Formats: sequence, structure tokens, C-alpha cells
Amino acid sequence: MSEWTPNLIVFACNWCTYQGADLAGSLRYDYPANIKIIRVPCSGRVEPEFVVEAFKRGADGVFIGGCHPGDCHYKEGNYKAIRRFDLLKRILIDMGIEKERFQLEWISGSEGKRFAEAMTTFEKNIRELGPCRVKEGV
Amino acid sequence: MADKKLRLAVLMAGACGGCDMAIVDISETLVDVLPSLEVVFWAPTVADVKYKDLEAMPDKSVDVGLISGMIRLDEHEHMSKVMRAKCNVVVAYGACAAMGGIPGMANMHTKEDIFQTAYFDTFSTDNPDGITPQPHYLMDGKYDLTLPEFYPYVRPIQSVIDVDYFIGGCPPHHSVVLNALVAILKGELPPKGSWITNGKAVCDVCPRNPRNTDEKRELVKEVRRTIEGDPDENKCLLQQGYMCLGPITQGDCGALCTKVNIPCAGCGGPIPGVKDFGLRAISAIASILDNEELVEQIPSPVKLFYRYSLPSSMLGKKVKKA
Ligand code: SF4
Ligand code: SF4
Ligand code: SF4
Repeated sequence: MSEWTPNLIVFACNWCTYQGADLAGSLRYDYPANIKIIRVPCSGRVEPEFVVEAFKRGADGVFIGGCHPGDCHYKEGNYKAIRRFDLLKRILIDMGIEKERFQLEWISGSEGKRFAEAMTTFEKNIRELGPCRVKEGV
Repeated sequence: MADKKLRLAVLMAGACGGCDMAIVDISETLVDVLPSLEVVFWAPTVADVKYKDLEAMPDKSVDVGLISGMIRLDEHEHMSKVMRAKCNVVVAYGACAAMGGIPGMANMHTKEDIFQTAYFDTFSTDNPDGITPQPHYLMDGKYDLTLPEFYPYVRPIQSVIDVDYFIGGCPPHHSVVLNALVAILKGELPPKGSWITNGKAVCDVCPRNPRNTDEKRELVKEVRRTIEGDPDENKCLLQQGYMCLGPITQGDCGALCTKVNIPCAGCGGPIPGVKDFGLRAISAIASILDNEELVEQIPSPVKLFYRYSLPSSMLGKKVKKA
């Protein structure tokens, strides 16, 4: 098991978190290399299906990054995202998936450092949990 | 089709019998269709035929096969495969067959948990020798007795055979059954793999829809359980805080439940284009809630949103702890 590295998926909103990731890169902040970023127009674009699909295809953790409340490019996409996220999280917990595997955070385009820190913490938490056991369906 | 009768087979797999009853329920109108139908197999419920009778029929000799119920036992899997071999068109008929149905809720528990409750823990169980059903038993050293094997999880029909069509409902409304039979008789079937459905959501046919009552849709400010309060008989249930799944459920039933003041629980199956009923329910419900605190008030979301479809969902069953 010592060879295992968590497979981590980050859905990053184009206007904030993705810019934050970009900034983290230009400022040369370190964050784990095993993070796969998927750029989405808005955190509100992340359907619950995307998250479960990611787990089914082998993700050990899924992170959604969006704009701070009030800053959404589409006005209220992130408010929708948080309601969906809270509801999906309850379902995932009931389905036996640990809550740490599924995170939502607000990271703006100027928060490069915060992005790097959030990714580092996320990676560490999942590493402690071990591989996600979501395999094929029934 | 007029000169040749349509040969029909009906199999009850892991079902409660309600789906079979829905076929019987079309009795009055069935008379109109009956002259065109020849029921060659209907087991183990209605006709006096045995599994081996279906097994003995030539392959593809039956025009249409309806399978009700889900796959829980090896018997269900075996007989579904026999149906597939003998029937030209196979229909997963009813919520259990198409999605896993109410019995699919069992996928929140392991087989071991279920046996523990059923054969040990219930108040009325008296089982001092700790006996559980075994697939094989050799009695007196010479009689090899068998019982069907109980699988670890519930599965919908399409997970063991190729299914041509799906019909939702728990049970399907008898008019739906009749329409399907007529469509089959006339050879007016939708493309293979689709649901035989009117393509409308329950909201579309629901008299409470704010669109029909000239009311404005607003964000929902409270969440109520079905047992709480008396819903206003005319207003949309969802608007009143009752978790009605009408927006994403196929309305072939004609909004049966909402017409008697009960929120739709989703037995009709997902509207076209929805991959996972429960996950889409999250999107639909979350988007109309006024604030995040309301999310916490929704009672057991898995059981609410996956009441009829857990085995056919993307996750399918609860993930076991390592
Ligand atoms: S769909 Fe409903 S009525 Fe039909 S077998 Fe399943 S539980 Fe019974
Ligand atoms: S949400 Fe329910 S009550 Fe409201 S219109 Fe749709 S089906 Fe009718
Ligand atoms: S209203 Fe919903 S739960 Fe009730 S019969 Fe129709 S589809 Fe099924």
C-alpha cells in the first residue's frame, strides 16, 4: 500500500478557483502533483452526477472550488452549488463514502496561496483515509 | 397481426405480485385485446404452467415477454435468461424490474445484516439452532434438496439480460399496461432500449402545477414531512415544502398521487435524459430551497430520493467499510 497515491479531482470554477490555481502556479507555491483540475464555467455547473462519476472512475476525493458568496460571475451559481453540495454530501455519507472525500471551498482568483494550502490539506486528509472503496455498481 | 395471435409470456421475478395484478386489472378492456393475445406462460402466479414449460419452448417462439420484479435469487436470474432466449421482445415491467424498486432499498444493507435481522433479531423469531436458508441440503444422506441462492445485492433486470423496453410504476397503472400491449400489437414501438412512456413529467400532468394555477414559483422556505400538517389541496406540494419528485418523474400515471394530496415518490422512473434519478433529484430539490439550513431538514435523503431506483443508480449499493 505504500505505493498508493490518492487520485484527486478538483472542479475549479473558471472565474475564481481556476485563476487561483493559475496564480499559485505563477507564484511557484507548492501543492501536491496528484491533483487533476477540471475547469468548469461555474461551481453551479458541477452536477451531482459529475461527482459520483469521478468516484466511480477511481477518484479518492473530489473537491469543488468556487467564487466567494456574492462574487459569482453568474450571480448565484455558487449558492446553488452549496445547496446541492450539502444535499449530495448527506447522500454520499449515507452511501458509505466518508465526508472528507468530498469538499467545497471558496477560493478567489487572488488567493493563490490559499489554493495551494487547500490542496495540501485535502491531499493529506485523503492520504490518511486511504483508497476510496467505490467500485463497480451492483 | 389480425390473423396471428400475439404470444405473450409473463414472469414474476423478485416481485410482490402488484405488477401481475395490474395486468389482471385491465380485465374490462383486456376483453378487447384478448382475442389477439395468447398467454403462453405466466408464472409462478397466474397460469398453470411451470418453469420447465417455458424452458422447453423453442427459442424466439414467444413474441413478447414481460418481467416484473428485481433480481435477488439465482432463480430470478436464470428465468430472466430463459425469457430472453424465448421472447423476441423483453420488457422490464414495473419499478422493480426497471430500477430495482422498493426491494432495492435492501442495498443499504449487506446480505449478512439482512439474514441477521430476518433469522435472528426480530421479536417473533425463535431460532435456537441458528439455522439460515442454505442453497443445498442433503437429507438422510440421499435426498439432495435445493433452495434458490440469495444474492448479496438486488439488481434490476437489465443488469443480467438485454432489455428491449422499460415500463415504470409501482405497479404500472393498468392504462399504461394496456397502452403498451396495444402499441406492441400494432407494432408501434419506440426505439429499442427506451421506456414506453408518454414522455411527460408528473408536473406536466399535475393539476397543481403553478403554471396551470397562475401562481408564481417561489423558493421553498420550509421542509415538511408527509405526516406534518395538511397540505393545501390545490397548491403545488413542493411549493408547500413537501418533497415531491414530480419534476423528474415520468407522469404516465397521470399524477395519481398528487391528485390525492400525496407527493410523488418517483415510482414512474426518471424522465428521459436522466442518468441517475436520485442525483438529479438533488439538483432539482436543492435549486428550489431558500437556504442551506433547509437541506439538513430533509429526512433520510437516500431513502427519499432512491426509494425506487437505488440498484440502478450509479453507486448501486452502500459502500462497505474496509
Ligand atoms: S414494482 Fe411495485 S408492484 Fe411491481 S413488483 Fe415491484 S413492488 Fe410490486
Ligand atoms: S412538484 Fe409535485 S405537486 Fe408540484 S406540480 Fe410537480 S407534481 Fe405537482
Ligand atoms: S405520482 Fe409519482 S409516485 Fe405516484 S404513481 Fe405517479 S409516478 Fe408513482
